[in-house]
Amino acid sequence: MGKVRTHKSVAIVPFWRDIRVLRILAQLAFLMVVIAILLWAISNYRARGLIFGYSFLSKEASFDLAEGIPFKPTDSYARAFLVGVVNTVRVAVIGIILATLLGLVTGIARLSRNWLLRKIATVYIEIIRNTPLLVQLFFLYFAVIMKLPRLSRAIVLAGPVYISNRGVVIPWLRLAESFRLWWPFLLLAAAWAGVLIVIRRRTIRRVGRPGINLLWVFSCLIAVPVLGWLLIPGNPLRFDLPDLVTRSGGVITVDGGVTLSSEFTAILTGLVIYTAAFIAEVVRAGIQSVPKGQAEAARAQGFTNRQILRLIVLPQALRVIIPPLISQYLNLTKNSSLAIAIGFLDLYAVSQTMLNQSGRVVEVFLMIMGSYLAISLTISLIMNIINKRIQIVER
Amino acid sequence: MKNKSFLFLTPLLVLIFILATCAPAEKESTAEEKTTAKAVSRLQLIKDRGNIIVGCNAELPGFGYLNPAGEFEGFDVDFGRALAAAIFGDAGKVEFRPLTAAERLPALQTGEIDVLIRNTTWTLTRDTVNELDWAAVTFYDGQGMMVRKATGWKTIEDMEGATIATTTGTTTEMNLADTFRSRGIDYTPLLFESTQDTNTAYEEGRADAETSDKSQLAALRSAMANPDDHVILDITMSKEPLGPLTAHGDNQWNDVVRWVVWGMMEAEEKGVSSKNVDEMLNSNDPTIRRLLGVEGEAGKSLGLPPDFMVKVIKQVGNYAEVYDRHLGPQGINIPRGPNRLWKDGGLLYPMAWR
Repeated sequence: MGKVRTHKSVAIVPFWRDIRVLRILAQLAFLMVVIAILLWAISNYRARGLIFGYSFLSKEASFDLAEGIPFKPTDSYARAFLVGVVNTVRVAVIGIILATLLGLVTGIARLSRNWLLRKIATVYIEIIRNTPLLVQLFFLYFAVIMKLPRLSRAIVLAGPVYISNRGVVIPWLRLAESFRLWWPFLLLAAAWAGVLIVIRRRTIRRVGRPGINLLWVFSCLIAVPVLGWLLIPGNPLRFDLPDLVTRSGGVITVDGGVTLSSEFTAILTGLVIYTAAFIAEVVRAGIQSVPKGQAEAARAQGFTNRQILRLIVLPQALRVIIPPLISQYLNLTKNSSLAIAIGFLDLYAVSQTMLNQSGRVVEVFLMIMGSYLAISLTISLIMNIINKRIQIVER
Repeated sequence: MKNKSFLFLTPLLVLIFILATCAPAEKESTAEEKTTAKAVSRLQLIKDRGNIIVGCNAELPGFGYLNPAGEFEGFDVDFGRALAAAIFGDAGKVEFRPLTAAERLPALQTGEIDVLIRNTTWTLTRDTVNELDWAAVTFYDGQGMMVRKATGWKTIEDMEGATIATTTGTTTEMNLADTFRSRGIDYTPLLFESTQDTNTAYEEGRADAETSDKSQLAALRSAMANPDDHVILDITMSKEPLGPLTAHGDNQWNDVVRWVVWGMMEAEEKGVSSKNVDEMLNSNDPTIRRLLGVEGEAGKSLGLPPDFMVKVIKQVGNYAEVYDRHLGPQGINIPRGPNRLWKDGGLLYPMAWR
């Protein structure tokens, strides 16, 4: 009976006062507004006689790009865009890893009992957080890196590593001819180690104590490839050492090794230093959010300081750290678009060239936004998965 | 609470909705307005506004730059002033918008500026795909290459493996690629958005060479710490006809721009300068009389006052005066070369003023 009455009472309310109807209406109205704005924008676009299309992407770019994956002027616009995307992803991924490490160390140092360490960390964080990134990038590129010696007088470190205002050239491992004989050994080692780890985990779950020492896993990982190295003829890997070369006209260039151009070095260093300062604060907040009693209890049980940090405090702090950390990662990725100021060919810089040479402003900007959105959402996705796992571990 | 706020918000949203549905209808009228606005020339728009907006360079000595007094100065800038003098009789009624190489074309396409006078090369693609119209060529340039004197380089072939700095969004970038590709020589391009950054990178030795229009290289070289350490190679990698341009399809406005430019060349050809323009009003030469509006209807057909060239010449000068002031010995000192009048063996050939 009571149920029927409530139904009736709801029905009595006229639809213009029914909150459910009103909600739907409000959303419809909002949708209409959005559609109207879009239509208006499109009509403006048409009125100016502009045409929309992506057919230019397959045309020959006829400009040259020197950073990242190989590119020549006869390649297409699409390939040029890809060069930019790869460069941005490269800066973002390496930047995120390095910024996390530097931020973690600085954040911990900020809470250190060592006065000097604590103050250095504080000064670093405050200076970097309170000056604009663009200014830092200009300073780093034009006032620091540009002032390094020219290539002909490059600083040579052991390795050899050449440091000049053209960038840093480091030796690099490359695959030699006989690698095709060697890689089965690597695969075998990885598979074997994997099996051992699975067995070890099972024993831990069953008996509560590992049956196989981790040392076995490592030795298997090392021993099998070494055995392979001895069995096959020649070296599967070779060191590619950089060397200064004077070309026929007198131009000095570097042959071999891997060159980290000054632009790449500048944008990467700039972003890492900047973002790490913010991450350090996130880490500090996270550590301080763990109740003091946790560390005290651990100390009472005889844990060393390092063990407390590694086993007790950091795992709990991570719950607090990860969500704001995601924002910092996204900031780093998006800030990489400032690379255009210092001549690094990231996604944005390449797009600028593309839209200048093709005249397709709207199309190229949609591509830029789409790409950043895709990269950012991917980072968010990965980090959210990690976040979820950490939240479960906490229970 | 929640209910009440919704009751308040809903009428508001409904109102917005009603307005929004009205918008498409409104849109058609604005679109119509726009087409009629297009039919009415930009010239009328400029007259109604009371000043002319010129897109220019702000960092290129000689052509367009902001001088220490905070004023725009240069060869290109003076043509902007000349247009203001022609339309309003006052060379000061002009607003300059400094633009980067990348910004300049969209600024004109979207109507943010009336005319672009920013050392912009006349190319087929820009003329057609980008829908722009050049009015005239004010400066015949060619792409050159600046290197350090100590290298002893003479030709492109000497530059195998070199790193070459240039500004992005320019024809220079494409010509560089073409030049080295056709010769099969490898090189590393280094791209910056601003001319200043490109130049700094070269000066600091990040790059072995810098490429740009020869006039621009000369200007940049003159501003360097040690100009004598650098040479501009005696090679021309491309033709670079530079000149003012307007948005596509507005012939009346484009006509004004081109005839003011040609008028200044004509004035040089006929020996009319800012110093003698008043005396020249009494000249017997029919061309001078037509040029200065003493007879004929040049001003009327362009939609300008009859004496517009008098104002231009008096306030800004003829072509030679503008050239000498910024690019000649008083300026960054580029020999006139192809930018001499046709009768002196150059390429400047103003159309018939009749």
